[in-house]
Amino acid sequence: MSRAGRYSPRLLRVWRRNLVVYRRIWKVNFLVPLLEPLFYLLAFGIGFSRLVGDVMYAGQELTYVAFIAPALLATAIMFNAFYETTFASFVRMYYQKTFDAMLSTPLSLEEVITAEILWGATKSVLAAGLMLLVIALFGLVRLPEGLWVLPLAFLGGMAFGAVGMYFTGITPTIDMFNLPIFLFVTPLFLFSGTFFPVAGLPVWAQIVAWASPLYHLVELSRWAVMGRMESSALVSLGYLLLFSGVFFGLAVRAMRRRLIK
Amino acid sequence: MTDHTRSMTPIIEARNLHKRFGTFTAVDDLSFRVEKGEFFGVLGPNGAGKTTAIRMIYGFSPLTSGSMRVFGLNIEQGWREIRSRLGVCQQENTLDPDLTVEQNLLLFAGYFSLPKVIAGQRSRELLEYFALEHKKQAKVEHLSGGMARRLMLARALINDPELVILDEPTTGLDPQSRHQVWDKLKELRSRGLTMLLTTHYMEEAAWLCDRLIIVDHGKILVEGTPRALIREHAGDSVVEVETPSEALREFTRSRNLQHDDLGNRLIIYNTLGPDLEHQLRGAFCDQTCTFRQGSLEDVFLRLTGRGLRE
Repeated sequence: MSRAGRYSPRLLRVWRRNLVVYRRIWKVNFLVPLLEPLFYLLAFGIGFSRLVGDVMYAGQELTYVAFIAPALLATAIMFNAFYETTFASFVRMYYQKTFDAMLSTPLSLEEVITAEILWGATKSVLAAGLMLLVIALFGLVRLPEGLWVLPLAFLGGMAFGAVGMYFTGITPTIDMFNLPIFLFVTPLFLFSGTFFPVAGLPVWAQIVAWASPLYHLVELSRWAVMGRMESSALVSLGYLLLFSGVFFGLAVRAMRRRLIK
Repeated sequence: MTDHTRSMTPIIEARNLHKRFGTFTAVDDLSFRVEKGEFFGVLGPNGAGKTTAIRMIYGFSPLTSGSMRVFGLNIEQGWREIRSRLGVCQQENTLDPDLTVEQNLLLFAGYFSLPKVIAGQRSRELLEYFALEHKKQAKVEHLSGGMARRLMLARALINDPELVILDEPTTGLDPQSRHQVWDKLKELRSRGLTMLLTTHYMEEAAWLCDRLIIVDHGKILVEGTPRALIREHAGDSVVEVETPSEALREFTRSRNLQHDDLGNRLIIYNTLGPDLEHQLRGAFCDQTCTFRQGSLEDVFLRLTGRGLRE
């Protein structure tokens, strides 16, 4: 069977299935992205910022809250897509046998996997949209340019959704996701210019940060929200596109190996 | 394709199927045909290669070698059309627990790209047919085993398939539910639907299948109608003798009777008619003889042996 023939718009049916399930408990699903930024902004705004004061970023003094608000968007984009294509997809694949059922219909494995990643990206967009609303109410978003966060959330969601799906393809049991979470997601969360600027760090740490897909998403998010970034938007966009493409390919390959026997 | 040529093409034509997983051969040169309108059985002990062979039919398990044609289409190129024209009722419950009963059918119809109106109509008909109408808003996890199985069957029929694959459709059901499923399958068969069944219940296979194969170690041992297989391998009747005497053993040997000697039990497969039965009854039976009809279970055990597989 030719590779191109394995992709068709039919994959949107799988995407829609996830949307139907999401809508059943949309109030719960909406709660987290609405409350999470509130908690962070309150904690950092009231508590932490008194300790750290203002932050120098891209040649400008910023309040600490203004500095981390766009980073919160980026980390939420990462977490939403990554958790969707790891834990949630794993449950559908392994425990619920949802993929087995789908693969007895005219859907191809590639379509199911692509739709799952697309859905992860969709959840990122929904979460980022809700968070953007909250952050905008704090007066921390320039509008309308800040709306660029939405397409960025899609791109970031594809990147982290694809890498999550790759881990789902190679992870034997659901408990083992602790490993990529601890070794991949947590370091990214902490060391991607999220809570402190990368510019002040030693060169080796800057290089490590530069390799992080989250760093590029944080940068692009700062650019959208505040109109300021310390690196190049084109390079960051290119990096995220490349990252998405590579891990999309790896994810499909890993899932094919895992499911088609 | 005209109706005439379609009727000439078998629904499934499997030729020299092989499937190897590393050094293990799961399917070893399997060939069979299923004709239109047939109820075809694939029997075999656990690990005989049944499920692998079935998965090959819908392209879930690529062939190591051989050819698989369904509706006259090659599975390698025609997988999407093949899958759009068949229904699969898998062994495990693969219903979507995040959805209601009705949503399970409607969204599944979507995977086949059925138009919404037709999907709604089909799902109403099927819910009624399988007596699930009152449960259509229920979550799947709240269904009993029998209801879940009926929903699996309903879902396998949502695209109005020409072929339905039933992988152990009644495993784990109580007798009432099992008989209900059998009745529905019989009825579907009488409407001309082609069906392929695997099962561990020989009674089920004997009752439902027009023709069947018994598979072991990835190979076909026998093929035929249940009745012919029983006659050939189990005889017209079977005599089971508890704690058989040496005299009976001697008699069995001297008359060259088909039998299985299990030590404390001797099973004689009577292919010689009522005379032998009378003889046995007169000479060797006090209270320990059981006379019964030969069954598919006898055939199965004789061909695949009595040793445990797992």
